[in-house]
Amino acid sequence: METQLVLEKWIGVISTVTIGANKEEGGSRANTVKIGGQSSLPLLFKEGNIPNRPVIAFEIWDTPPLDWPEELNSAYGKVLNDPFAWADKCVNEFKAQLLCVRMQGTHPDFGNKNPQEAAKFISMLLNKVKVPLVIIGSGDDAKDNLIMPACSEVAKGERCLIGCAVQDNYKTLVASVLADGHNIIAESPIDINIAKQLNILISDMGLSLERIVINSTIGALGYGLEYAYSILERARLAALSGDKTLASPFICFVGQEAWRAKEAKVDAHHGIIWETITATSLIQSGADLLVMRHPVAVEKVTKYINAFFDK
Amino acid sequence: MALSGLDIYKLLPKTNCRQCGLATCLAFAMQLAKKAVVIEKCPFISIEAKDTLEAQALPPIRLISLGSNEGKFEIGNETVMFRHEEKFRNPAGLGFIIDDNLGEVEIKQRLEKINQLKFERVGQLLEVNLIAIQYNKDAKNFLETTELVLNNSSLPILLMCSDLSVLKQAIIFAKERKPLLYSATKENFAQIGALAKEFQLPLVVVAQDIDSLTQLTGELKAIGVSDLILDTGVKPIADKIWDLTQLRRQALKKSNRALGYPGLVIVDKIDSYEEAMEATAYIAKYASIILIKGIKTWEILSILTLRQNIYTDPQKPLQIEPKLYPIGRVSEKSPVLITTNFSLSYYTVLGEVESSKIPSYILSVDTEGMSVLTAWAAEKFNAETITKSLDKNGIKDVINHKNLIIPGYVAVLSGDLEEQSGFKVIVGPKEAAGIPAFLKNLN
Repeated sequence: METQLVLEKWIGVISTVTIGANKEEGGSRANTVKIGGQSSLPLLFKEGNIPNRPVIAFEIWDTPPLDWPEELNSAYGKVLNDPFAWADKCVNEFKAQLLCVRMQGTHPDFGNKNPQEAAKFISMLLNKVKVPLVIIGSGDDAKDNLIMPACSEVAKGERCLIGCAVQDNYKTLVASVLADGHNIIAESPIDINIAKQLNILISDMGLSLERIVINSTIGALGYGLEYAYSILERARLAALSGDKTLASPFICFVGQEAWRAKEAKVDAHHGIIWETITATSLIQSGADLLVMRHPVAVEKVTKYINAFFDK
Repeated sequence: MALSGLDIYKLLPKTNCRQCGLATCLAFAMQLAKKAVVIEKCPFISIEAKDTLEAQALPPIRLISLGSNEGKFEIGNETVMFRHEEKFRNPAGLGFIIDDNLGEVEIKQRLEKINQLKFERVGQLLEVNLIAIQYNKDAKNFLETTELVLNNSSLPILLMCSDLSVLKQAIIFAKERKPLLYSATKENFAQIGALAKEFQLPLVVVAQDIDSLTQLTGELKAIGVSDLILDTGVKPIADKIWDLTQLRRQALKKSNRALGYPGLVIVDKIDSYEEAMEATAYIAKYASIILIKGIKTWEILSILTLRQNIYTDPQKPLQIEPKLYPIGRVSEKSPVLITTNFSLSYYTVLGEVESSKIPSYILSVDTEGMSVLTAWAAEKFNAETITKSLDKNGIKDVINHKNLIIPGYVAVLSGDLEEQSGFKVIVGPKEAAGIPAFLKNLN
């Protein structure tokens, strides 16, 4: 007597977003990174295609981080004071496939760098490292609207992933991303309807849905992780059931959230496991691109991902 | 999935004989669907139809109770594939495998450490659940270890022993504690099934594939053993997640009784991080018992926290006690920030206040666990409730200034709140992330 397996038949496919452009594609990246493209729930390989594994981007800043706990700082040492050396260490020592640079130094409270300085920084970073870039603003809407167009323009043709567009501030960023051939991060506050709405607004401006990555925002392990977990799961179920406006890959800012947790500051082990489990749990529910901080956590999660995909 | 009245009607004799007291078979079927009558009222129902209907009345995944007194816990009885549909009901049990050849000193140390693995988070106590004693081909070791565990831990136990005569001796030692037996296989199911039946104990069934599991649970049920737990053996993690998903789907989507039991997994990793990653993957995806070896505090805390997250009721958010919380070395000049008693709101504000390094008070208003905007929309977070909470917590005795900081999203409350509370209202940032900069610029 053979048991009939229960298989889900999905009609939707998550869009494939390529980050980085090599010479043939008009950029200068040594490698490119593809995320998304799956037609199955996470890690269920037997009922759909999962062509791309989840990818980890190392988070770096354009300015020395002020609020990073010692457990995290000590993993990098002095290079934190020099963003280019920091980027170099991530790529050459920790073998980062891509970097996520946060333009924190442009924030009015943290350096207030002007658009020219920001653009120059991105241009130098693109020279220094050859991996694809995710570029995000400081989170100050008004300032980001000045800075991000400059960063986008100077990286024209490099097919970066740029963010974050939000519901009441997306037009400037979308225009830049359209003009300069990048992809965009659409951020929504743990809300599937806003995520959907924002994707529609962005695509209405002419940027195709295939160039959007959703940042649903997350909570760390023990700090609302379950909300993000279920939002990813629900959005992914909707997308696989045919809702094209939610069929975008997900980016999760894991490091940023995990290292804010009280537990993460107890000692290095606590911090690393907090970042690690936040990351792997979100992979379980749909994360495609994880922005992480601690090199050991990245190493552990990479090994975990590879265990699924190295066949 | 419950049968509808019409589904049930198809199973009835359709004679409208009225012996059940109702006018028609259809009416009887409708009452059955509502569980308003019992099936025995129909004298002509076939045995097959009765079995089908009775099986439908049972939960799709059997509820199994483990242990006897202190530490007793239940697993199974799950009803959904995804936690947003409905709460995952019975949190997975986390157990520790103890090899019986570690020696008395080491085993005692481990048990002592395991006894300390208790954590309080967001007002809940997080605890480990089970000790699994692993036989290593020496009867004396196994029995001595069983005794050690019985004497040094109050957790439910699992006896992992392939020599059934040794297992029986251990059961006799431990029977008061209702140990879980590991494991029934194709080779030994009749014998170990007899033990489980004799002592009324739950039993883990191990087979590599679901066809073999189906066959084994059928055989065991036939000899009267039905508190079963399923294990598909040692496999790569992707295959285990597939198996666990398939088992859950079989039970829920096909009402497959032969596989309607909770699942157990053994994580075999030396590295603590790898062990935690794998254990948490199984918590998210449908395992009801997870056995590990690691006992490091940080590892266990991360696993139990994930379990707490996954098993949180999505309809009933985690709440904290609504009160005034002093953060850091507060003084009577410290600012007062107002938020809800939804755990996530509170802890997000807390994190930012802490990182600002500015000692502050956070007033958590009782909003029945709703977040700021939801509570505002539901009238649980307004001038009235905030004022009430300020008075209740004696804010006037704690600070010597007249300023309150409210979340940016509810700036609209300012006027009413000033009027009702007599305090001056300062509108804070919309997102908690803005709190540190906001507090720095406050003076």
